[in-house]
Amino acid sequence: MTDQVLVLSGGLSHEREVSLRSGRRVAQALRSRGVDVVESDVDSGLIARLAELGRPVVFPLLHGEAGEDGALREVLTLLDIPFVGSVGSAARVAFDKSIASTVVAEAGIATPRQVALPHETFRELGAAALVQALGDQIGFPMMVKPSRGGSALGCSKVSTAAELPAAMVGAYAYGAVAVVENFVEGVEVTVAVVDRGDGPQALPAVEIRPDSGVYDYAARYTAGATRFLCPAELDDDTARRVAKTALAVHDVLALADLSRTDLIVTPEGVPTFLEVNVAPGMTETSAVPLAVEAAGWGLGAMCADLVAVARDRGVRASATRPDLPVLP
Amino acid sequence: MSEEPVTRPVPARRRDTRLDAYAHNYAERTFGMTASAIRALFAVANRPEVVSLAGGMPNISDLPLDVVSSTLSDLVAERGTQAMQYGAGQGEPMIREQICEVMRLEAIQAHPDDVTVSVGSQQGLDLLTRIFCDPGDVVLCEAPSYVGALGVFRAYQCQVSHVAMDEHGLVPEALTEALAAHAAAGRRVKFLYTIPNFHNPAGVTQTLERRERIIEIAQAAGLLVVEDNPYGLLGFDGDPTPAIRSLDADNVVYLGSFSKTFAPGFRIGWVLAPHAVREKLVLAQESATLCPPVFSQFAISAYLSRHDWRGQIKQFREMYRERRDAMLAGLQTHMPAGTTWTRPTGGFFVWVRLPEGLDAQAMLPRAVSARVAYVPGNSFYADGLGSRHMRLSYCFPTPERIIEGTRRLGEVMAHEASLHETFGFLGSGAAGGPYEAPGANQS
Repeated sequence: MTDQVLVLSGGLSHEREVSLRSGRRVAQALRSRGVDVVESDVDSGLIARLAELGRPVVFPLLHGEAGEDGALREVLTLLDIPFVGSVGSAARVAFDKSIASTVVAEAGIATPRQVALPHETFRELGAAALVQALGDQIGFPMMVKPSRGGSALGCSKVSTAAELPAAMVGAYAYGAVAVVENFVEGVEVTVAVVDRGDGPQALPAVEIRPDSGVYDYAARYTAGATRFLCPAELDDDTARRVAKTALAVHDVLALADLSRTDLIVTPEGVPTFLEVNVAPGMTETSAVPLAVEAAGWGLGAMCADLVAVARDRGVRASATRPDLPVLP
Repeated sequence: MSEEPVTRPVPARRRDTRLDAYAHNYAERTFGMTASAIRALFAVANRPEVVSLAGGMPNISDLPLDVVSSTLSDLVAERGTQAMQYGAGQGEPMIREQICEVMRLEAIQAHPDDVTVSVGSQQGLDLLTRIFCDPGDVVLCEAPSYVGALGVFRAYQCQVSHVAMDEHGLVPEALTEALAAHAAAGRRVKFLYTIPNFHNPAGVTQTLERRERIIEIAQAAGLLVVEDNPYGLLGFDGDPTPAIRSLDADNVVYLGSFSKTFAPGFRIGWVLAPHAVREKLVLAQESATLCPPVFSQFAISAYLSRHDWRGQIKQFREMYRERRDAMLAGLQTHMPAGTTWTRPTGGFFVWVRLPEGLDAQAMLPRAVSARVAYVPGNSFYADGLGSRHMRLSYCFPTPERIIEGTRRLGEVMAHEASLHETFGFLGSGAAGGPYEAPGANQS
């Protein structure tokens, strides 16, 4: 095994640009700690490149499909290549919002009321009747999002039944299944969980206050468009519950090394799970680097530790935890 | 899971940040300069797996690189210290003379003194807008119009007013109506921005009769016409239509470019303007850049002197014609019923009108997943309309890739149509709007 680290970013997902930015930032952070880093896109030359490098440790910073759905991680496992982060099977469960929500809810964590529907269901049952039923059962406002994907791409807040069809079409542009869930009012926070070799730790929660009121793509990646508070303005008990929830999500989904859980803290102080990311954004406007700084760590030192953990751990089997429910 | 979460110690001081120390210091004109999910998708479009019918990159693979190489080598050896020195704000005299020779191909008689060299014609348009437009001033543009021009007008906080066009270009009656409406509202129209040849994005060309009529209207209204003509020499059929500038030297400012007839990397364009305008342009150019890139001017000048550039343009034309033919054949084979498109006689672009209900912007992520990319039509409107259209470029991919791209696009549109069949017509801005978009009767 070589001492080199291969930072993987780019790929063909809709989040390619964000991924490239995350990759560049992590590569720089690692280099600042003296780590020998090679940066690579994911393309038809990757497997040969991995062989040439002599089994480096891979740091996947691929957002969206292929990177977070577990596929690439399965390939790394197949090739006996150690990597930072969750194994393919866990990533696959975590990446799908509807499946992850189900697993998380079964562990007793609050989640929005949710239904996941492929386009075909609307066609078979009749869109008008199903839209009516969604309005009646989920209620407005509601959120519509692709079940797989990130950066809020294809996500819409829907306030009336008339807006729902366009929101569904917008979500289906990003994937075959759309999730419809009730909109949860409250404080939007995101919590990083990091395991530097001594067990998972929750980092201070980052509170997100977009100027536009919606943490959409523009609010996420336009510097200055969102106000971040770290730690979040939460009382100590709520902050503890939020941390505990993120750790529970990390645990119940069998995630490894690094995850970021997005939550809404309701006015009653209940942390409500929205989604979890196994390759959270590391861009200049991302929340995790802020949390790392608030934790008193340096991004470079943390990333270097994650690499060291991955190297020491070596190759892992990609098996779903036995206590997880059998999922389609 | 333990009862007490394992957490990092919370810092004593809360950080309250926008991750941009100057977030409150930006000028008003930066409003709207935000990250865009649609723009980010084009990062995927640049991957080789994707057939990109999106970008308007000229295909310069036919350029004689050996000739360019020896030209540049000789330039450095023989005149390097001059070519790499500061130059005149207006541009170098020799290239301004050669620019006049190029413009003669489109019936323009001009004096080198009236030519100002710019950093691509894009910067020429920027300088023009800078010297003419205050915030809120009205600029008339075709509907649709070049996205890069709309960006310039937005940056100077102009109010863009679109004027209808059809398969013969800008509609004169619509221009008259627009002028009357703005006059009645007491709004000052600073100029008309028009792309008469092989329009970007619409792919249509103004007839000579239209050009004459537009000039008549402009003269009567005291309206300055800005003629942007990057593609004029890339026509597939016969001689170029005379430029609008050839009809009126006093009321037309002409923008030209070497980006499509030679290579865009040199970033050399020009502005031909009446002398009073030119004087201000030169001062604006000196303020902006001191002087346009001197080395690039010397390089292009040497290329024009040493190489058969007319023959080269002819070769480009044939190459683009083959690609245009592939695009039209692909569209004919693969587009679903209800789709219409323009049939360009030159340039780079086809403007496609989607079947009712389809929205090109909403469909783009699906297209990128299917490994094909285009530019949604609303990018070419300042008022958010146009999403029932898309611009397809045929300039860069090979003919085989173009046909494959249209095949993928056809599948994407079929899938999108089935969604709309399920959910019904959404009325989400997909309609064509009040403008008669070209191509409606040309499937």
